[in-house]
Amino acid sequence: MEKLYCKGGGCTAKLGAGILSHILERLPKQNFDENLIIGFDAKDDAAVYKLTEDVAFVQTLDFFPPMVEDPYTFGQIAAANALSDIYAMGGEVKTALNIVCFPQNSDLNQLGEIMRGGLEKVKEAGGVLAGGHSIDDVDVKYGLSVTGVVNPKKIYSNNTGKPGDKLILTKKLGVGIICTAARIGETDEETLNEAIDSMKTLNKYACEISKKYNIHACTDITGFGFLGHLLEMMDNDKSCEIFASQIPVFEKAKALADEFLITAGGQRNRNHVGDNVEFDNIAFAMEEILFDPQTSGGLLLAVDKDEANLLVEELRKANMPAAIVGEIKEKENTTIKVVNK
Amino acid sequence: MIKVNAIGDACPIPVVKTKNAIKEIGGSGVVEVSVDNEIAVQNLLKMAKQKDYEASSEKKSDKEYVVTINVAGEATADKAPQVKAAQVKSDEIKLKETIVVIDSDKMGEGDEEFSKTLLKGFIYALSSQDIPPAKIIFYNSGVRMTTEGSASIEDLKVLENAGAKIYSCGACLNNYGLTEKLLVGEATNMYNIVEYLLAADLVVRP
Repeated sequence: MEKLYCKGGGCTAKLGAGILSHILERLPKQNFDENLIIGFDAKDDAAVYKLTEDVAFVQTLDFFPPMVEDPYTFGQIAAANALSDIYAMGGEVKTALNIVCFPQNSDLNQLGEIMRGGLEKVKEAGGVLAGGHSIDDVDVKYGLSVTGVVNPKKIYSNNTGKPGDKLILTKKLGVGIICTAARIGETDEETLNEAIDSMKTLNKYACEISKKYNIHACTDITGFGFLGHLLEMMDNDKSCEIFASQIPVFEKAKALADEFLITAGGQRNRNHVGDNVEFDNIAFAMEEILFDPQTSGGLLLAVDKDEANLLVEELRKANMPAAIVGEIKEKENTTIKVVNK
Repeated sequence: MIKVNAIGDACPIPVVKTKNAIKEIGGSGVVEVSVDNEIAVQNLLKMAKQKDYEASSEKKSDKEYVVTINVAGEATADKAPQVKAAQVKSDEIKLKETIVVIDSDKMGEGDEEFSKTLLKGFIYALSSQDIPPAKIIFYNSGVRMTTEGSASIEDLKVLENAGAKIYSCGACLNNYGLTEKLLVGEATNMYNIVEYLLAADLVVRP
């Protein structure tokens, strides 16, 4: 089967955060609905709508162009990425719908493979594929619209962390840089496969483990990069210190960043975060990785400081490269300080 | 000098092509790279800064930017200085090329002092916007706003820092004896003013 044509896919294809918030801010306000617990005003990972005191549904969708050449793998990654937003809200996946853009005159077996990969991940998530919508388009794009459920009292918001909380990251950073380098033949198979395994991994397992602990806030790391999503988590009323040497990173991504195999998305993220971050003598490659757009990145959890070590230990036992990467502080002038700890 | 055409190339291709050109010149020389978007410019400048190369960029049009990189003999490709990465200011969130024209030291017709206060208020409000205009052009008695004695210098500096280019008409400065008293932005001529205004998506005159 032919390979998919990739021209900078995955979450590197996302519109910049800056340009997006300016457009969203200009939309007219809607009528207030008290059951919409989390809507787009909140810049959270997914929308949450309360049905009863104990049940709310979580809705999200995500789709993008291929970031890898193998259609089946692309399907798995796109689905894992879309499903992730449900886990970032602390929810459980129930149903999913396919979103497909595909050139009708090209090899339709590829589309079959993409959808097979997606279906496999929906099943693994414990959900059921219930339908979809497809468009004849010049470029391939695929993703899912996902609905899950959550107890409204146990939602993981992204901005409700508390000063003193430890921040835990559950996947390695650097997949955007690795996929970009792979596209122009600048990285080896082994590195790419390691990144692919990470992107295919559902955040379901991290989410399930985290529910035994006092999680105050959670988000998943995707297109806006680690620092972009962290900035949303701080929500202008908290600051944090990030320990650069503790952050789980694909080693090869550092070498590639030093060769400037970096994305436009990463630079857009740097522009968006701007003066809100201060780097204390951090190597260039590490800065780039912290801005690197991630496809199907890990969860970033704000957890009660007394439970952080236990949670990391349990995540690691389940084979996740989790680590305590920082802590939330009271609001200071600079929102994010990255230090060499 | 080597010219690199990276128009139409997505990141990181412009950087990869430029690195190859730098290798090709060996030792020292100049590489001139054409790209079609500002993010590519920023990524090229970031690389130049890390490698300790002198670099500058110029916007030829909305779809053409030229980055000139001067590779000095002593800087080698292996040298990785611990310089902080370029915090390149971006105006990518600017949706349109908006130009604000200020052609008087007053806003509207009316009581003189009051009209001056209004203009000061306008410039202050302009400096508090999320998206600054691309350019602010001052001509005729408008140049009193960019020169000594103006109460709007601080606000204009805020705008300049946010990415707005500030120009004052040179002939106007001369006419009012203010040429030596320009405190913010730069002087320009009528040809440039005409060019800027014709290329604008939106011209705002208070």
